[in-house]
Parts: sequence; C-alpha cells; structure tokens
Amino acid sequence: MNRNPTRETSTERLSRLLSLVPYLLARPGILVTEAAEDLRITPAQLRKDLELLWMCGLPGYGPGDLIDLSFEEDTITVSHDAGMRRPLRLTGAEATALLVALRAIGDTPTVADPQLRSAVDRAVAKIESAVGQAQPAGVVVGLAARESARAEAARPILQEAITRHRAVGLRYYTASRDEITERVIDPLRLLIMDGRSYLEAWCRRAEDVRMFRLDRVDRAEVLDEPADPPADAARSDFSDGVWRQDDAPHTATLMLRPDARWIAEYYPVQESAELAHGCLRVTMKYWDPSWMVRLLLGQGGEAVVEGPPELVTRLRDRALAALQADQDL
Amino acid sequence: MSTVRTERLVNLVLCLLSTRQYLTAEKIRTLVAGYPDGGGDDAFFRMFERDKAELRDLGVPLESGRNSSFDTTEGYRIARRDYELGDIDLEPDEAAAVGLAARLWDSPDLTGAAHGALMKLRAAGVEVDQNVQAPVEPRVRAADPAFAPLLAAVQNKQAVTFDYRKGTQHEVGTRVVEPWGVVSWRGRWYLVGFDRDRQAPRCFRVSRVVGAVRTVGRAGQVDSRPPDLDLMTMVSRNGDWSRPEIPALLWVAKDRSNGLRRHATARPDHPGNSADGDIIEIEIYSPESAASWIAGFGQDVRVLEPEALRKTVHERFQGVLESILGEEPLR
Repeated sequence: MNRNPTRETSTERLSRLLSLVPYLLARPGILVTEAAEDLRITPAQLRKDLELLWMCGLPGYGPGDLIDLSFEEDTITVSHDAGMRRPLRLTGAEATALLVALRAIGDTPTVADPQLRSAVDRAVAKIESAVGQAQPAGVVVGLAARESARAEAARPILQEAITRHRAVGLRYYTASRDEITERVIDPLRLLIMDGRSYLEAWCRRAEDVRMFRLDRVDRAEVLDEPADPPADAARSDFSDGVWRQDDAPHTATLMLRPDARWIAEYYPVQESAELAHGCLRVTMKYWDPSWMVRLLLGQGGEAVVEGPPELVTRLRDRALAALQADQDL
Repeated sequence: MSTVRTERLVNLVLCLLSTRQYLTAEKIRTLVAGYPDGGGDDAFFRMFERDKAELRDLGVPLESGRNSSFDTTEGYRIARRDYELGDIDLEPDEAAAVGLAARLWDSPDLTGAAHGALMKLRAAGVEVDQNVQAPVEPRVRAADPAFAPLLAAVQNKQAVTFDYRKGTQHEVGTRVVEPWGVVSWRGRWYLVGFDRDRQAPRCFRVSRVVGAVRTVGRAGQVDSRPPDLDLMTMVSRNGDWSRPEIPALLWVAKDRSNGLRRHATARPDHPGNSADGDIIEIEIYSPESAASWIAGFGQDVRVLEPEALRKTVHERFQGVLESILGEEPLR
C-alpha cells in the first residue's frame, strides 16, 4: 500500500485504465456521465483517460492495432479492444477489503436479515471462486456491538418505522446536557459505527439531522403519521467519527496523567503532545461545558485542566460544593 | 508517473498479453511504443526495471522464462489465464450486498482497496448499485496511523517492531511481533501475532502503538500462524465481561442526574426520600469506573452504600481540587 499520495493516484489511474476497456466493452453505448459516476471520476477525467487509451494498442500501432473507441453524442462504444477484454484479477488487498467486509456483514444478525445473509454468502462464494483466493485473509471484523437491553429493544421498532416510512416518538437521553427529552423524528437509517448502534434521523425539534445512540433511547414508538424528512436532509459523512467535534464552540487544554490517557483514545482530540512520566497534553473541543465538567470531575485530578479559566473555576466550584455536601451529610 | 509512462505501461501490458513467446527486454524495447530508441542501455534497463516493478505492484502476473534452451537471456510474457479475472455473474441481491460491503470502510487504505475491487467487478460486467438501502448501515473506521503498516505486514507475512504502551501504564516497551492478523472488535482495532520476546501469542491495541512501525526481516517469512487460528476468539476472550454486579444505594437531587436515574430502580420505601431528592439503587460492575461516572454528577449525587464506593467518589473530588489548587484541600 503506497502512502505517497502523488504516486498513489498515478498507480490508481493505471489500474483504472486497465479496467476501462473491459468496462466499456460490457456496456456498449453507455453515457459518459454514467460511466464517470460508476468509476468515481469526473466526466472530464474520463475523457482524458479515453484520449490516452486511444493512443495505446499493439505493436505496429496501425489502425487495426490501436484501441478504438467511438463517441456518439454523449455515449461511448469500444470498437476495437486490442486484446484487453477482461479486467485484471483482484489483488490480495482488494479481495481482502471486499471479502472481509462481506463476511462482517453476513456474520452480524443485527445487520443482515436472512435474505441479506443468503445474498452475502452467495456473493462471497462467487467472488472467491472468480478471484481464486483461498488463503485466510488476516483481517477479521466483528460488527456486533455490546448492546444494552435498551438498544436491543429500540432496534426492531426503529427498523419497522424505517421500512414503513413512519415518524417516531422518541424519549431520548442527551448525555451532553444530562437531559431526557421527548421528540418526534423522521428516521433516515440505522448505522453501526465504532462498535455502537446509531439512528440517523431528522429531528423535528432541532430541525436538523441528528445522530441518536440506540442505548440512549428510553422509549421509541412508531407513530401513525408518515415520515416526512426534508428532501435535502443530508446524510452525514462519518470519516471523522460520529460526533462532529470540530465545530464545537469550546476548547479545553488538558494534561492527562496515565490513568486519564484513555480520554485521548476515546474522544477526538485536536492537538496532542507527549510529556514526561507518560503524561499527554491535549486540546479537546466540546459542545457543552456541563458535559466537560462531568467528565473531568470523574477523573479525580488525573485529567488536569489548564484552560480555559472559566472551565477551571467551574470545575473547582463543583468539586468544592460536592465535598461540602459530603461533610454536611 | 507521467502520462507518457502511463501510456507506455498500457502498451506493455497489451503487448505481453498478446504474445505466447517470451519477449526479451531488447525485443520489448524495439516493439513497444514509448521506449526511447536512442540513449544508453543502462537508462533503458533502469526504466524497464521500474516498469516491471510497477506492473507487479498492480498485481499483473509477469512471467519470465526462455523460449528455448538456446536463448541466452530471459524474456517476459503475461499468461492471459493468470491475468484475467474469472467469469463472475452476480444476481441483483448479491450485487447489492457487494455495494453495501464496499461502503463498510472509512479508512484510506481499505476504502481504496474496496473501490479497486468494485471497479474490476464492474469491468467484468457486474452491475453494482452503490446506493442500495440496507436495514442497518455498518461503518468501520481505521484512523490509527499504525493501522496501514500493520495491515501491510500481515498481508506481506513480514515481522514488525514497534513501541507499545501497555494499558494505562506509562512505560513504553519495544515489541517484536510476527503478525497473524488485524481484528476489529467492538469498535477498536487489534493486532494479533506472536510476540518474539515473550515467545507467546499476544494481542495489541493498534491505537497504543507509539511512533513508527518498522519491518523486520524479509516479506513472506512469517509462518508461525497456527492453521486453526481463530483471530476473533483471540481478541474477544481477552476481556472478561462476566464480572458480578454489586448493588449501590444513592441519593440523587430532584430532577438531576438523569444519566444515573435511567439505569436505576427507585426505592420509594426508603426513609431517605424527601422533597429534595430520591433514593435509587443501581447495579455497578467496576467500583472504579462507577466512581468516575457517579463523581461526574458532583453534589447532585451522594453514595450511601457501599462505603468503599462512597470513599472512592469522595477521593475523586479531592483529587480534582488538588489538581487545581496544588495542595491538599479539605479533609
């Protein structure tokens, strides 16, 4: 796997060029736009690729030797393939990425119902036989989350609502504010991320797309009214995790002693610097100061807050009040 | 890679696919468009070596051999049956499953590889709709910097060495590991392999690898993997989740500490209930993590039982104050 981004793109391009002729051969007269979308490139890039292929062919490089493509309106057809009729075999890494993902899905009952499981099993068998890869992959993914009874109870109800396109009445615990609220949501999809189950939904209270952790759903009820999320309710990008911490308004600077280092593993942190004695200094964004105070109070001084000053004051006052209350008991 | 080189490599693949004879480098130089006629032999051979390496990186099965025992130099060809992806015909529901699988990864390495696989399947004529809805959409991230080199080491069967922080201890130790596999379990990635210093199989949390992963020895040398190895079991049996539950009795202020209340049972019979707060009972697994959770709510919660938990929570508050005031505050 090449980590050098410029070279990686060129290698990817060569790989794509080798697939392009057989791809087009299987789809005579395909629209340029459709092919570009399938191959995850722009139509302009696809035209560049085709111009390059047009110059390639067999030794002799005469009219009957070169790859020939015909354009009509916005469609492409291969008229001569110069012997490139099938794609190259999958590499070990490609086969692994696909087969491991398929097996992970097939092996997780909460993801794959019996029909999907059967489709997965058949797809795995066909791909394995086409690829000719029998060796163990060396990558295993368990998707199953350690689910609470609450998440188990909520899932079938939410699934039903999604299938029937119904709105849902939700009683939900918001950890950042330590609040339990009732709201009506239009469910979009269920997800499993980082070993936890989530519901992505349009929240009519927040008038925005929200992620709900299934183990924080205290009650879910399929309503009689149809789900009606705005057509442009955007699906989130999760490459940086579920919570878009980058947009959060507050930033704390924390010095994490060894017992509190888990914070930097569990929550996204911005900057991180190793200090002596196994300590780590991090900056961490957060939405709600009361949430940060709760996190830090629980660390018993293993996470030392260095700023902002109002967070230090608030934490100190909370700790003092708690000790006072203990003494009054 | 320049456009000129890309074009030359496509020509090279086409040429070697079309020949049954092994073609020597010299022959290739004269046949394939894109190799310079002039210039020194050294420059050509260096260029040809780089081209061969590039094709092998892509997985092109380049064969070398001689056409007859009279040939003095080796030639090259690509056997079509080794090059071409076999026939594959997926039913619509199978193709939909493949589309869902290709969306699983949120990791630069695995996402790229899955898309590469998908492109080849499409080129083989399979129609994969990437927008098929699934009942549950699973996502797996692999953002740790150590992930890609460890995955590569597993796939190349090559030993690795790296610095590793064990648990919350702050010492960092150097490990030498024969990698057997990487496993994602409950949202975390683990490396499973044979630890050469400890002479035993071990699991490592990928996020606790410190700094760079370096390879040891040559690729293809790791053969210690047991044939009946179950990677997932190796990782999952490491955690003991069957700890007994202990009941704890808490006072919680009215309308506060909802995070605790939703896991608790009310004790309406208890004399401690009043207008200010309620007595609740909660099952705890680990006194340490329960103390952190409970202490988070500050003066809105007080532990009545067990005494050990009350004391630990109290120490949390003291620790916080010490960390801020730098001295030993209230006793």
